[in-house]
Amino acid sequence: MTAQMETIPVPTASEDTPPALALDGVTKHYGSSRGVDALNLSVPAGELVTLIGPSGCGKSTTLRLVAGLERPDAGRISVAGSVVAGSGVFVNPELRRVGLVFQDHALFPHLTVGQNVQFGLDRLSRTDRRRRAGELLDLVQLAHLADRYPHELSGGEQQRVALARALAPRPAVVLLDEPFSGLDESLRAQVRRDTVATLRETGTTGVLVTHDQTEALSVGSRVVVMHDGVIEQADVPEKVFERPATRFVASFMGDADFLPARVHRALLTCEIGIVSTVPGWADSDVEVDVVLRPHEVALQADPTASARVSAVEYHGAFVLHHVQLASGRTLRSWQPHTVRFPVGTAVTVTVTAGTSPTLLIGDRAVTTPPVGARRADTPQDR
Amino acid sequence: MTEPATLADGRTPQRRYRTTGVGRPAWSALVVAVAVVVATPVLAVVLQGIGSLGGTAPPRDLGKMILTTLALMLGVGAGSLVVGGGLAWLVTAYRFPLRNILVWLLVLPLAVPAYVLGFVFLSVFDVAGPVQSLLRGVFGTDVWVPEVRSLPAAILVLSLSLYPYVYLLARSALIEQSSGTYDAARTLGSSRARALRRVVLPLARPSLAAGLALVMMETLTDFATVQYFNVQTVSVGVYLVWKGTFDFHAATQLAVLVLLFAVAVLVGERALRGRARYHQQGGRRQGFQPEQLSGAAAWGATALCVAALSAGFLIPVAQLLLWAVGQALSDASVLADPRFVEYLGNSLLVALLTAVSCVAIALAVGHAIRLGGGRLVAFAAQLTTFGYAVPGAVVGIGVLLSFSAADTTLENLGIPGGTGLIVTGSVAGILYAYVIRFLAPAYQSVGASLEKISPTVTSSALSLGATPRRILRRIHLPLARPGVAVALMLVVIDAIKELPIVLLLRPFGFTTASVWVYELARENFWEKAALPALVIVLVAIIPVVVLVRQTHRNEARGTTTRKVRP
Repeated sequence: MTAQMETIPVPTASEDTPPALALDGVTKHYGSSRGVDALNLSVPAGELVTLIGPSGCGKSTTLRLVAGLERPDAGRISVAGSVVAGSGVFVNPELRRVGLVFQDHALFPHLTVGQNVQFGLDRLSRTDRRRRAGELLDLVQLAHLADRYPHELSGGEQQRVALARALAPRPAVVLLDEPFSGLDESLRAQVRRDTVATLRETGTTGVLVTHDQTEALSVGSRVVVMHDGVIEQADVPEKVFERPATRFVASFMGDADFLPARVHRALLTCEIGIVSTVPGWADSDVEVDVVLRPHEVALQADPTASARVSAVEYHGAFVLHHVQLASGRTLRSWQPHTVRFPVGTAVTVTVTAGTSPTLLIGDRAVTTPPVGARRADTPQDR
Repeated sequence: MTEPATLADGRTPQRRYRTTGVGRPAWSALVVAVAVVVATPVLAVVLQGIGSLGGTAPPRDLGKMILTTLALMLGVGAGSLVVGGGLAWLVTAYRFPLRNILVWLLVLPLAVPAYVLGFVFLSVFDVAGPVQSLLRGVFGTDVWVPEVRSLPAAILVLSLSLYPYVYLLARSALIEQSSGTYDAARTLGSSRARALRRVVLPLARPSLAAGLALVMMETLTDFATVQYFNVQTVSVGVYLVWKGTFDFHAATQLAVLVLLFAVAVLVGERALRGRARYHQQGGRRQGFQPEQLSGAAAWGATALCVAALSAGFLIPVAQLLLWAVGQALSDASVLADPRFVEYLGNSLLVALLTAVSCVAIALAVGHAIRLGGGRLVAFAAQLTTFGYAVPGAVVGIGVLLSFSAADTTLENLGIPGGTGLIVTGSVAGILYAYVIRFLAPAYQSVGASLEKISPTVTSSALSLGATPRRILRRIHLPLARPGVAVALMLVVIDAIKELPIVLLLRPFGFTTASVWVYELARENFWEKAALPALVIVLVAIIPVVVLVRQTHRNEARGTTTRKVRP
């Protein structure tokens, strides 16, 4: 499931520095229900990874395992090259150098902002502690609020304090558990930008958990999609969106419709006609499912067509059209706000030029024709 | 006297913590150790009881003792149900003069311990008291009067002293559980009377059962007040056998019997409550509004409430005040009586030590559970609070058994005299028994405060490199301070009021204020007992006032009262 990982370009990885965080076959089960299963993930120092999946997919469990709040049943977790769990080792959370930022910010309500940031610095001398806390508060531009108590701050300010507090002890990796979802819509984008800028500025390795796909795609240099306790795909955002590895990733990361299709002599056809050519599949003749995203589907009014517009949703800049095909299957299509076909309009459905859609066999994406799917009269070239 | 902690719906306090870690062996072991220490005395009673079955002849009058216990418990149960349930119904369903004040004042009898109410009752109604003197003056010296030192009188006194438990639980059930359902019943076409009868009262049943169970437990645990009235319950039996003969076997067998009664009460409560879980969610709705009474009915209702309040609080407190002032006027030195100071000091010392121990243990257990540790730790934590349901006589004998076992073990190891706890009769036994009894209320307050701290706060502190000990000191303790303060106050007051355990376990020559009151009262030195009794009542009023204010605030806010603790 994580086969793509080795091939991914990473920002600052070098051969001799160990990854800031490495999960190796990490498994945690809760009674009968599955927590996470055989997770493999490597986060090089300085990278910001987003971890996304539906609720219950195991992303929070993963975070708790890394932080040391849960003990894995199997597998190994390393932070900055040293094993913190597994192989008979279990390092308590306070010794792991893993920072945490929570959705509720979890500031200590009885301590001032300054004392909150200093909390993790108790091993430093008083002057060093003050200086380091000052640095961090400057970084998040809250130095003027150092003497306030958390309840006197706005949500966005609290979030910045939480970040400063987590960064103060220079953790090897910072875990952010849906840090923005408690914030107002209007505030969220700004806080998100600031947070990401701070993380990048300090070269912090971060794992950001989210259930917001836009956030996942826009923030992370790499996106890890989890489902049912396993990693379905871990790749750069563009790849995750444009080349989903599984049916789940395709439908979870953006809208997607699936149509039964066939690749015959490198030509992909389905109910709406020829979709595209599939280079390298010249010898194949195989049944697949084609993934069509609404922005790739074009509509044209055509009284003779058999497809009908079944519903129209106005979204502002774009209008989402639901189209029912002759087979009864539906596709969705984004149209600019100037285009609005009334319900019942007969339309021809095509795929916009240049699209080379993802193909699925079963629930997995395929890029090369499967062995055995070749035409019988073609010699095997192995 | 001690009051078991209970939730408004009658369940024992169960704290389910959201844990924030994988547990720490040392902290988990501490919780298990506390559970073992708390459970040991009760286990000792059970094991010793089984071991000595048939070993000694059952005490004389055993059958009579059991019947007396049964009659007393059922009588007090019925009495409190009628008084407490009736008053709760009256103030909830009707409007009448002074109702708004009486609603709160009716809780005050909780502040008068039964052993105080009992001797004031005797002073008024016994042969030398004003009532009988008056009757003799009017009807001559051979006028017949019912025996005052009797079972019915004991039932009356205990009912008057304990009815607020039923009153509080019934009232909160009537207020909180009925509104939405009552509205539903009315919109479905029920008349007011039918809705009350068919919906509101059945919904209050679990709370009535819980209040009844509390009252019966208190009755069972008492072996001081009933002795004023020459009522011999099994708890009294335990006390007399131990103090008279120091015979472990006989005392233990009786203690097992007391334990069986306690189990029967708990089982009975479950059965009465049924399988139903009448827990209702939802905001404040209109609910049923009290009906305005007028004329004689209105003043009758006021009179009923005032009568209960007078009998349970106003008259006894007024009488105590009269005596105390009279004493002070006739001989000012009683105020500075060195014995008074010494005994009050003893009470305070034991109470403070108990409170600090209970709160420290409660904090440690709550903290450990927050750190995680799995089912064993959660179970052990539950076990630490079960002492509230164990009658004083059982805890007392269990503590004695445990100490004597420890002595024997140490002597076998070659240490002559062992701990010497039995021989010297140290205060340690009282402390031990108090901690077992009062851990539940302490844990309830501290746990409630700890539970308000988000688990993410603890997780954050851990991830910032703080050790569990530093988290306890810097995060959990400061944030749980309100709960700690309440717990300290409750335990101190409970321990000052407590009588049976200290009577059973006190070393020779060690007297507390409550014991002093009891001893003076038994000797009919009522005037002398008045001042210390008054001090105890005044101390005991504090938590009642706090409770009333809290309930008042909650009702004003429309939130649920979870805690019923005098």
